[in-house]
Amino acid sequence: MFVLVEMVDTVRIPPWQFERKLNDSIAEELNKKLANKVVYNVGLCICLFDITKLEDAYVFPGDGASHTKVHFRYVVFHPFLDEILIGKIKGCSPEGVHVSLDFFDDILIPPESLQQPAKFDEAEQVWVWEYETEEGAHDLYMDTGEEIRFRVVDESFVDTSPTGPSSADATTSSEELPKKEAPYTLVGSISEPGLGLLSWWTSS
Amino acid sequence: MEVKDASSALLSNYEVFQLLTDLKEQRKESGKNKHSSGQQNLNTITYETLKYISKTPCRHQSPEIVREFLTAMKSHKLTKAEKLQLLNHRPVTAVEIQLMVEESEERLTEEQIEALLHTVTSILPAGPEAEQKKNANSDGTMDEEDPA
Repeated sequence: MFVLVEMVDTVRIPPWQFERKLNDSIAEELNKKLANKVVYNVGLCICLFDITKLEDAYVFPGDGASHTKVHFRYVVFHPFLDEILIGKIKGCSPEGVHVSLDFFDDILIPPESLQQPAKFDEAEQVWVWEYETEEGAHDLYMDTGEEIRFRVVDESFVDTSPTGPSSADATTSSEELPKKEAPYTLVGSISEPGLGLLSWWTSS
Repeated sequence: MEVKDASSALLSNYEVFQLLTDLKEQRKESGKNKHSSGQQNLNTITYETLKYISKTPCRHQSPEIVREFLTAMKSHKLTKAEKLQLLNHRPVTAVEIQLMVEESEERLTEEQIEALLHTVTSILPAGPEAEQKKNANSDGTMDEEDPA
Protein backbone atom coordinates (compact mmCIF):
# COMPACT_ATOMS: atom_id res chain seq x y z
CA MET A 1 0.00 0.00 0.00
CA PHE A 2 2.81 2.39 0.91
CA VAL A 3 6.05 3.00 -0.96
CA LEU A 4 9.19 4.95 -0.29
CA VAL A 5 9.92 7.66 -2.85
CA GLU A 6 13.30 9.30 -3.22
CA MET A 7 13.08 12.99 -3.99
CA VAL A 8 15.31 16.02 -4.21
CA ASP A 9 14.24 19.54 -3.43
CA THR A 10 15.62 22.89 -2.38
CA VAL A 11 14.32 23.98 1.01
CA ARG A 12 14.21 27.60 2.07
CA ILE A 13 14.75 28.31 5.77
CA PRO A 14 13.90 31.88 6.84
CA PRO A 15 16.40 33.62 9.14
CA TRP A 16 14.21 33.56 12.25
CA GLN A 17 14.54 29.77 12.26
CA PHE A 18 18.34 29.72 12.12
CA GLU A 19 18.58 28.95 15.83
CA ARG A 20 16.86 25.60 15.33
CA LYS A 21 18.75 22.53 14.19
CA LEU A 22 18.85 22.51 10.41
CA ASN A 23 17.54 18.95 10.16
CA ASP A 24 14.47 19.77 12.22
CA SER A 25 13.65 22.90 10.23
CA ILE A 26 14.07 21.03 6.97
CA ALA A 27 11.91 18.13 8.13
CA GLU A 28 9.20 20.55 9.16
CA GLU A 29 9.33 22.43 5.86
CA LEU A 30 9.19 19.25 3.81
CA ASN A 31 6.23 17.97 5.77
CA LYS A 32 4.52 21.31 5.43
CA LYS A 33 5.01 21.18 1.69
CA LEU A 34 4.13 17.56 0.96
CA ALA A 35 2.06 15.90 3.72
CA ASN A 36 -1.48 15.03 2.63
CA LYS A 37 -0.79 16.26 -0.89
CA VAL A 38 -0.83 14.32 -4.14
CA VAL A 39 2.28 14.43 -6.30
CA TYR A 40 1.50 13.89 -9.98
CA ASN A 41 2.23 10.31 -11.08
CA VAL A 42 3.64 9.44 -7.66
CA GLY A 43 0.81 9.19 -5.12
CA LEU A 44 -0.52 10.66 -1.89
CA CYS A 45 2.36 11.79 0.32
CA ILE A 46 2.06 10.79 3.95
CA CYS A 47 5.14 11.87 5.90
CA LEU A 48 8.91 12.21 5.72
CA PHE A 49 10.80 8.96 6.17
CA ASP A 50 14.35 10.29 6.42
CA ILE A 51 16.82 12.77 4.99
CA THR A 52 19.56 11.00 3.07
CA LYS A 53 21.79 13.88 2.07
CA LEU A 54 22.08 17.58 2.78
CA GLU A 55 24.10 19.67 0.40
CA ASP A 56 25.67 22.99 1.32
CA ALA A 57 23.27 25.74 2.32
CA TYR A 58 23.55 29.00 0.39
CA VAL A 59 22.34 32.49 1.15
CA PHE A 60 21.56 34.47 -1.99
CA PRO A 61 21.85 38.20 -2.35
CA GLY A 62 18.59 39.98 -1.63
CA ASP A 63 17.13 37.11 0.36
CA GLY A 64 18.27 36.55 3.92
CA ALA A 65 17.03 32.97 4.01
CA SER A 66 19.21 29.93 3.47
CA HIS A 67 18.55 27.54 0.61
CA THR A 68 19.56 23.92 1.02
CA LYS A 69 19.34 21.14 -1.53
CA VAL A 70 17.97 18.11 0.26
CA HIS A 71 17.84 14.47 -0.83
CA PHE A 72 15.17 12.68 1.17
CA ARG A 73 12.77 9.77 1.18
CA TYR A 74 9.05 10.21 1.64
CA VAL A 75 6.35 7.69 2.55
CA VAL A 76 3.75 7.74 -0.22
CA PHE A 77 0.44 5.94 -0.54
CA HIS A 78 0.53 4.25 -3.93
CA PRO A 79 -1.06 0.79 -4.09
CA PHE A 80 0.29 -1.40 -6.84
CA LEU A 81 -1.91 -2.81 -9.58
CA ASP A 82 -4.03 -5.78 -8.46
CA GLU A 83 -3.37 -5.13 -4.80
CA ILE A 84 -6.11 -6.17 -2.39
CA LEU A 85 -7.28 -3.44 -0.01
CA ILE A 86 -9.94 -3.21 2.67
CA GLY A 87 -11.97 -0.02 2.93
CA LYS A 88 -15.33 1.31 4.07
CA ILE A 89 -18.27 2.01 1.81
CA LYS A 90 -18.80 5.75 1.75
CA GLY A 91 -21.94 5.64 -0.37
CA CYS A 92 -23.50 4.42 -3.59
CA SER A 93 -24.51 6.31 -6.68
CA PRO A 94 -25.45 5.33 -10.22
CA GLU A 95 -21.73 5.68 -11.07
CA GLY A 96 -20.86 2.85 -8.72
CA VAL A 97 -19.83 2.24 -5.14
CA HIS A 98 -17.66 4.88 -3.46
CA VAL A 99 -15.14 3.42 -1.04
CA SER A 100 -12.96 5.23 1.42
CA LEU A 101 -9.80 4.37 3.32
CA ASP A 102 -9.85 6.86 6.19
CA PHE A 103 -7.01 8.88 4.75
CA PHE A 104 -7.96 8.51 1.07
CA ASP A 105 -11.44 8.88 -0.29
CA ASP A 106 -11.41 8.79 -4.07
CA ILE A 107 -11.98 5.13 -4.78
CA LEU A 108 -14.76 4.04 -7.10
CA ILE A 109 -15.99 0.58 -7.99
CA PRO A 110 -17.90 0.93 -11.27
CA PRO A 111 -21.10 -1.10 -11.80
CA GLU A 112 -19.48 -3.53 -14.26
CA SER A 113 -16.89 -4.53 -11.65
CA LEU A 114 -19.42 -5.46 -8.99
CA GLN A 115 -20.36 -9.07 -8.27
CA GLN A 116 -22.81 -9.87 -11.05
CA PRO A 117 -25.77 -9.71 -11.24
CA ALA A 118 -26.06 -6.37 -9.48
CA LYS A 119 -28.76 -3.73 -9.56
CA PHE A 120 -29.10 -0.22 -8.21
CA ASP A 121 -31.97 0.25 -5.79
CA GLU A 122 -33.23 3.75 -6.57
CA ALA A 123 -35.38 4.04 -3.47
CA GLU A 124 -32.58 3.38 -1.03
CA GLN A 125 -29.79 4.61 -3.33
CA VAL A 126 -27.75 1.48 -2.73
CA TRP A 127 -26.21 -1.20 -4.95
CA VAL A 128 -27.46 -4.74 -4.43
CA TRP A 129 -25.88 -8.07 -5.34
CA GLU A 130 -28.59 -10.50 -6.43
CA TYR A 131 -26.98 -13.67 -5.21
CA GLU A 132 -28.59 -16.81 -6.64
CA THR A 133 -28.76 -20.03 -4.69
CA GLU A 134 -30.99 -23.06 -5.04
CA GLU A 135 -33.56 -21.56 -2.72
CA GLY A 136 -33.87 -18.39 -4.78
CA ALA A 137 -32.24 -15.00 -5.06
CA HIS A 138 -30.79 -13.32 -1.97
CA ASP A 139 -30.44 -9.59 -2.14
CA LEU A 140 -27.14 -8.56 -0.57
CA TYR A 141 -27.11 -4.82 0.09
CA MET A 142 -23.94 -2.74 -0.02
CA ASP A 143 -24.71 -0.40 2.85
CA THR A 144 -22.77 2.69 3.87
CA GLY A 145 -20.23 2.06 6.59
CA GLU A 146 -19.69 -1.59 5.74
CA GLU A 147 -16.14 -2.88 5.35
CA ILE A 148 -15.37 -4.01 1.84
CA ARG A 149 -12.44 -5.91 0.33
CA PHE A 150 -11.59 -4.89 -3.24
CA ARG A 151 -8.83 -5.19 -5.82
CA VAL A 152 -7.16 -2.11 -7.33
CA VAL A 153 -7.50 -2.36 -11.09
CA ASP A 154 -6.68 1.12 -12.29
CA GLU A 155 -5.44 4.47 -11.10
CA SER A 156 -5.52 7.89 -12.70
CA PHE A 157 -3.62 11.07 -12.00
CA VAL A 158 -5.01 14.42 -13.03
CA ASP A 159 -2.79 17.45 -13.16
CA THR A 160 -4.65 20.03 -11.09
CA SER A 161 -2.04 22.77 -11.24
CA PRO A 162 -3.65 26.10 -12.06
CA THR A 163 -3.92 26.96 -15.75
CA GLY A 164 -3.41 30.50 -16.95
CA PRO A 165 -6.28 32.95 -17.36
CA SER A 166 -8.69 31.39 -19.82
CA SER A 167 -9.35 33.15 -23.10
CA ALA A 168 -13.14 32.88 -22.66
CA ASP A 169 -14.27 36.22 -21.32
CA ALA A 170 -17.06 37.27 -19.02
CA THR A 171 -19.56 34.56 -20.04
CA THR A 172 -19.31 32.66 -16.81
CA SER A 173 -18.41 35.30 -14.28
CA SER A 174 -21.39 34.52 -12.06
CA GLU A 175 -21.46 30.77 -12.61
CA GLU A 176 -20.16 28.36 -10.03
CA LEU A 177 -16.48 27.39 -9.92
CA PRO A 178 -15.37 24.69 -12.35
CA LYS A 179 -15.85 21.18 -10.96
CA LYS A 180 -13.01 20.22 -8.66
CA GLU A 181 -11.38 17.06 -9.86
CA ALA A 182 -9.64 14.69 -7.53
CA PRO A 183 -5.93 14.65 -8.44
CA TYR A 184 -5.60 10.92 -7.74
CA THR A 185 -8.36 8.35 -8.10
CA LEU A 186 -8.40 4.59 -7.86
CA VAL A 187 -10.73 2.21 -9.65
CA GLY A 188 -11.53 -1.00 -7.83
CA SER A 189 -13.23 -4.27 -8.60
CA ILE A 190 -15.04 -6.82 -6.48
CA SER A 191 -15.99 -9.28 -9.19
CA GLU A 192 -14.00 -12.22 -7.80
CA PRO A 193 -14.77 -14.78 -5.09
CA GLY A 194 -13.59 -13.41 -1.78
CA LEU A 195 -14.10 -9.77 -2.74
CA GLY A 196 -16.93 -7.55 -1.59
CA LEU A 197 -18.32 -6.97 1.87
CA LEU A 198 -16.33 -8.84 4.51
CA SER A 199 -19.58 -10.12 5.98
CA TRP A 200 -20.36 -12.01 2.75
CA TRP A 201 -17.31 -14.24 3.08
CA THR A 202 -16.69 -14.78 6.79
CA SER A 203 -17.50 -18.34 7.78
CA SER A 204 -19.07 -18.28 11.23
CA MET B 1 11.29 19.45 -6.84
CA GLU B 2 12.47 16.33 -8.54
CA VAL B 3 11.42 12.74 -8.02
CA LYS B 4 14.50 10.53 -8.31
CA ASP B 5 12.86 7.17 -7.76
CA ALA B 6 9.11 6.80 -7.53
CA SER B 7 9.26 3.33 -6.04
CA SER B 8 12.53 2.77 -4.27
CA ALA B 9 11.09 0.44 -1.62
CA LEU B 10 7.83 -1.14 -0.53
CA LEU B 11 6.73 -0.47 3.03
CA SER B 12 4.57 -2.76 5.11
CA ASN B 13 1.65 -1.27 7.03
CA TYR B 14 3.45 -2.09 10.26
CA GLU B 15 6.47 0.04 9.28
CA VAL B 16 4.25 3.00 8.46
CA PHE B 17 2.34 2.49 11.72
CA GLN B 18 5.61 2.50 13.65
CA LEU B 19 6.88 5.60 11.86
CA LEU B 20 3.69 7.58 12.44
CA THR B 21 3.44 6.57 16.08
CA ASP B 22 7.05 7.69 16.68
CA LEU B 23 6.39 10.92 14.82
CA LYS B 24 3.32 11.56 16.96
CA GLU B 25 5.33 10.98 20.16
CA GLN B 26 8.08 13.30 18.99
CA ARG B 27 5.65 16.07 18.13
CA LYS B 28 3.83 15.68 21.40
CA GLU B 29 7.11 16.18 23.30
CA SER B 30 8.08 19.34 21.45
CA GLY B 31 4.53 20.58 21.81
CA LYS B 32 4.67 24.21 20.79
CA ASN B 33 4.19 24.34 17.03
CA LYS B 34 1.80 21.47 16.52
CA HIS B 35 -1.14 23.73 15.84
CA SER B 36 0.42 26.20 13.47
CA SER B 37 -1.46 26.25 10.21
CA GLY B 38 1.41 24.72 8.27
CA GLN B 39 1.32 21.55 10.35
CA GLN B 40 -2.39 20.98 9.92
CA ASN B 41 -1.98 18.76 6.87
CA LEU B 42 0.57 16.60 8.62
CA ASN B 43 -1.70 16.29 11.64
CA THR B 44 -4.67 15.31 9.49
CA ILE B 45 -2.88 12.69 7.43
CA THR B 46 -1.11 11.23 10.46
CA TYR B 47 -4.32 10.94 12.44
CA GLU B 48 -6.31 9.38 9.62
CA THR B 49 -3.62 6.95 8.54
CA LEU B 50 -3.06 5.83 12.13
CA LYS B 51 -6.81 5.41 12.51
CA TYR B 52 -6.91 3.19 9.44
CA ILE B 53 -3.90 1.06 10.27
CA SER B 54 -4.94 0.60 13.90
CA LYS B 55 -7.98 -1.31 12.71
CA THR B 56 -5.84 -3.84 10.83
CA PRO B 57 -3.88 -6.77 12.32
CA CYS B 58 -0.66 -4.84 11.70
CA ARG B 59 -0.77 -2.97 14.96
CA HIS B 60 0.25 -5.98 16.99
CA GLN B 61 3.24 -6.86 14.86
CA SER B 62 6.86 -6.28 15.80
CA PRO B 63 10.15 -6.42 13.86
CA GLU B 64 10.85 -9.92 15.23
CA ILE B 65 7.46 -11.19 14.11
CA VAL B 66 7.99 -9.75 10.64
CA ARG B 67 11.45 -11.32 10.40
CA GLU B 68 10.11 -14.69 11.56
CA PHE B 69 7.27 -14.45 9.06
CA LEU B 70 9.58 -13.70 6.13
CA THR B 71 11.92 -16.55 7.04
CA ALA B 72 8.99 -18.94 7.22
CA MET B 73 7.73 -17.69 3.87
CA LYS B 74 10.99 -18.51 2.09
CA SER B 75 9.98 -22.09 1.46
CA HIS B 76 6.71 -21.15 -0.25
CA LYS B 77 8.37 -19.25 -3.12
CA LEU B 78 6.07 -16.25 -3.25
CA THR B 79 6.81 -12.89 -4.83
CA LYS B 80 7.59 -9.85 -2.71
CA ALA B 81 4.20 -8.28 -3.42
CA GLU B 82 2.38 -11.48 -2.38
CA LYS B 83 4.32 -11.77 0.87
CA LEU B 84 3.61 -8.11 1.60
CA GLN B 85 -0.11 -8.61 1.12
CA LEU B 86 -0.12 -11.65 3.37
CA LEU B 87 1.74 -9.64 6.00
CA ASN B 88 -0.65 -6.70 5.78
CA HIS B 89 -3.91 -8.64 5.65
CA ARG B 90 -3.28 -11.84 7.61
CA PRO B 91 -5.70 -14.03 5.58
CA VAL B 92 -7.48 -16.82 7.44
CA THR B 93 -9.31 -18.57 4.60
CA ALA B 94 -8.20 -20.26 1.40
CA VAL B 95 -10.32 -17.83 -0.66
CA GLU B 96 -8.26 -14.90 0.59
CA ILE B 97 -5.02 -16.70 -0.26
CA GLN B 98 -6.30 -17.25 -3.80
CA LEU B 99 -6.95 -13.54 -4.11
CA MET B 100 -3.52 -12.49 -2.93
CA VAL B 101 -1.39 -15.16 -4.58
CA GLU B 102 -1.52 -15.07 -8.34
CA GLU B 103 -2.46 -18.34 -10.07
CA SER B 104 -2.56 -20.09 -6.74
CA GLU B 105 -4.41 -23.08 -8.20
CA GLU B 106 -1.43 -23.87 -10.41
CA ARG B 107 1.35 -22.92 -8.02
CA LEU B 108 0.06 -24.31 -4.74
CA THR B 109 -1.61 -27.59 -3.90
CA GLU B 110 -4.35 -27.73 -1.27
CA GLU B 111 -1.95 -28.92 1.42
CA GLN B 112 0.41 -26.10 0.59
CA ILE B 113 -2.42 -23.58 0.94
CA GLU B 114 -3.35 -25.10 4.30
CA ALA B 115 0.28 -24.97 5.40
CA LEU B 116 0.52 -21.36 4.27
CA LEU B 117 -2.62 -20.45 6.20
CA HIS B 118 -1.25 -22.20 9.26
CA THR B 119 2.04 -20.31 9.04
CA VAL B 120 0.27 -16.98 8.61
CA THR B 121 -2.18 -17.43 11.44
CA SER B 122 0.36 -18.87 13.86
CA ILE B 123 3.12 -16.33 13.36
CA LEU B 124 1.13 -13.15 12.80
CA PRO B 125 -0.96 -11.92 15.73
CA ALA B 126 -4.64 -11.43 15.08
CA GLY B 127 -6.34 -8.05 15.02
CA PRO B 128 -8.08 -6.64 18.09
CA GLU B 129 -11.62 -7.79 17.19
CA ALA B 130 -10.44 -11.26 16.30
CA GLU B 131 -8.77 -11.58 19.68
CA GLN B 132 -12.05 -10.72 21.40
CA LYS B 133 -13.95 -13.23 19.32
CA LYS B 134 -11.38 -15.92 20.03
CA ASN B 135 -11.73 -15.37 23.76
CA ALA B 136 -15.51 -15.46 23.47
CA ASN B 137 -15.51 -18.90 21.79
CA SER B 138 -14.12 -21.20 24.44
CA ASP B 139 -12.79 -23.92 22.14
CA GLY B 140 -10.42 -23.41 19.21
CA THR B 141 -12.14 -22.75 15.88
CA MET B 142 -9.17 -23.33 13.58
CA ASP B 143 -8.68 -26.81 12.27
CA GLU B 144 -5.22 -27.94 13.24
CA GLU B 145 -3.79 -30.41 10.79
CA ASP B 146 -1.60 -32.99 12.43
CA PRO B 147 1.98 -32.58 11.22
CA ALA B 148 2.67 -35.37 8.79
